[in-house]
Order: sequence, then structure tokens, then C-alpha cells
Amino acid sequence: MTLDPIILFFLLGVAAGLAGSDLRMPSAIYDFLTIYLLLAIGLKGGAELAKYPLLPLLPKVAAVVLLGLVLPAIAYPVLRRAGKLKRADAASIAAHYGSVSMGTYAVALAYLGTQGVEYESYTTLFLALLEMPAIIVGVILARGITAQTHWGRLAREVFTGKAIVCLLGGLFIGWIAGEDSLSSVNGFFVDLFRGMLALFLLEMGLLCAAQMSPLRRYGPFLIAFGILMPLFGAALGTGLGLVLGLSPGGTALLAVLAGSASYIAVPAAMRISVPEANPALSLAASLGVTFPFNVTLGIPLYLQMARWIHGQM
Amino acid sequence: MQSHSLKLVTIITEAVIEKELIQELTGLGVSGYTITDARGKGHRGVRTTGWEHGANIRVEVVCDETLARAIADRLKERYYQNYAMILFVSDVEVLRPEKFKGERGDEG
Repeated sequence: MTLDPIILFFLLGVAAGLAGSDLRMPSAIYDFLTIYLLLAIGLKGGAELAKYPLLPLLPKVAAVVLLGLVLPAIAYPVLRRAGKLKRADAASIAAHYGSVSMGTYAVALAYLGTQGVEYESYTTLFLALLEMPAIIVGVILARGITAQTHWGRLAREVFTGKAIVCLLGGLFIGWIAGEDSLSSVNGFFVDLFRGMLALFLLEMGLLCAAQMSPLRRYGPFLIAFGILMPLFGAALGTGLGLVLGLSPGGTALLAVLAGSASYIAVPAAMRISVPEANPALSLAASLGVTFPFNVTLGIPLYLQMARWIHGQM
Repeated sequence: MQSHSLKLVTIITEAVIEKELIQELTGLGVSGYTITDARGKGHRGVRTTGWEHGANIRVEVVCDETLARAIADRLKERYYQNYAMILFVSDVEVLRPEKFKGERGDEG
């Protein structure tokens, strides 16, 4: 197995971070890379979406949203009982794992590209839709349904956050413009994608390394959870992909979405809505364990799972 | 030069609650504030700017003593327990006190 250079960039970031290097991406560049990737992924998905009638997609969308509600509900009791975590912490971590990671999804797209695997680009729509449900479940798990939670403010925070605005915005632009007229911007959004992703992963490596040292304090449970929960989620996603009639590539992407954990939208939403939850715990799991696991071992494994369930091997 | 004594309230806290904090301050009658990105170390560890979840901000408000006390009490009650936050109040001299009148006028 040859390692994709973009993964090597990630490993470089992790190594530099662990070694205490002063390497840092200026925050404006990190923001730029995030926005670029979100838009690039959105555009591609939108152009693809334009080829399908939207109505038949609705049941798939509903099923995927349901997945986003189920995942945190399964994770929560595990975190409470096996992890003996406090209610707020368990709820917050559950929300992270029910939601999705754009970075992981971007790496998965690049991986499928390298492997020459076809996929339905409209799974990007699922990426946008899976952000919110887990946050709602997480807040309810932590709080119950009370008037104290400012749902309106929370929804505004998530829906006006850059993740949703850029993803849905990109999807919309791609959908309106269509594949042919997008060729005018493809030089930027398609050809440069891997280079930008490599830079992004370098910074992600640094961020992940910073989250790895708290892991020693929180012990083996978080590490085990950070690996087993994605595997379980991905298995669920693989099954759902088969049921929904996605291609092996699309199934693998749905598995990646179900197996990934958020590190942008959910941490911010949880910090505001469930402030008593310790953010160090959920970030240590999501960035210190799950993101590195997914981009290095998880994604190839999920593709194998998708191929196997489709009877390709 | 005639100067007037007022209070400078400095709040250093997590960038993630900026919007909420500003709403809180505005609700208390604060009419102006300055926000800067901040870095440093406290009992919650090293905090950097850059990545938004580790980032800090410094919010500065110039106001009269009553409002300064109201801000301190409210933030202590609502935020101290769960958020990385410090707040301190210092004496400052300003030349144009009318610029720093709270929005609730004299009652504030």
C-alpha cells in the first residue's frame, strides 16, 4: 500500500506538533483553507445534484438525518456506563460523534479519486445535513427539553456558521451554474484541491498533536471509544448506503460521514449550549484519536467494507 | 486639560462566546466596547489565537462605576463557573465623559 502524499502532510503535521515545533499556520490561512475546501466540495456536489430530480432524493435525505439522530443516542449510554462520564460530558461527546467532519470527508473524496472509484457527489448534501441533528440530540441529552435552551440562537449559530453557509452556498452555486459553466472556476476549485487539502492536513496534524497530550490524562477509554465508535458508525453507514442503493463509492462516503466526528460546528455549539461539558475531553477524542484514525486507516477500511457489502470482493 | 475619572472593565475570555457576551453587555447598557484577539496562559492552560476553539478575546469597556459593578456581578454569576474568564476593573481618565455614557443614561 502506498501512502497518499496528502496523508504524509498530515503525518508531518502530527510529528512536528509532537516534537514541539514552532510551525504554525497563520489562522487566516487556516480559515481560508477551510472555506476553500467547503466551497470546492459544495460546488462539485451541487453540479452533481443538478443531474438528479430532487424529489426522489428526499427519502434518502430523511434516512440520513435519522442516522444523525440515532448515532449520538447510541453513543451516549456507552459513554455514561462504560466511560463513567458525567452527563454533560457524555452528551457533548455523543454530539461530536453523531455529527460529521468536513476534513475527513475531503480526504475520503481524494482517496476515492486516487483509487479510481466512482461515487455519487450528492453525498455532500448529507455532509451539510448531518451537522445539526446530533447537536440537537446532544443538547437534549445534557439538558432534557427545557425552556432554558435557546434553540433559536443555537440554530442561528449553526446555520449561519461558515461550515453550513459555505457548504450549502457551494451546493447552491454548483446546482444553479451546472457542470459546464463551472469549468470556468475548475482551475481553482478542482485542480488545486489536493494541494490545498495537503496544506489543510498539515495544520490538522498540528491541531491533532496538540490534542494528543491530554489523552494521557483521560486514559484508555477515550482512545478505545475514539476508534470503536467510528467503526460502529461506519458499519451503520455502510448498511444504510446499501439499503439506499448507493454505489460502493457512495456507500463508502456515507460510512465516512457516519464514522467521523465533528471538530468545528459541534465544539462551538456545545460550548455555548452545554458549557459545563469539558471541551478538552471531546476534542481529545475527536481530534486526538478519531480524525487521525479515520484519515490513515479508517477511510481505506470503509471502502473495503463498502466493496464487500456490495459483493465486489 | 480637564479630565474625568471612569472605570475600565477588561474581560479576557473564550472567543467562542463573543456574540453572547456582547449581547449580555449591551443588555446591561454598555454603549461601546473594544475587542482584540488575545493569547496567554492561565489555570486552564495555554490559550492561543488562531484555531477558534482555543482562542481568547479581550473585551474592554469604559463606563461609570455603577455599570462596571453591574457587569462584574452579572459575568461572575453567569460565566465564571463554566468558562475560562477573568475580569478586572481599573481607573482611567477620559477627556470626553459624554462618549462613555451608558445607554440607560443616569439610571445605569
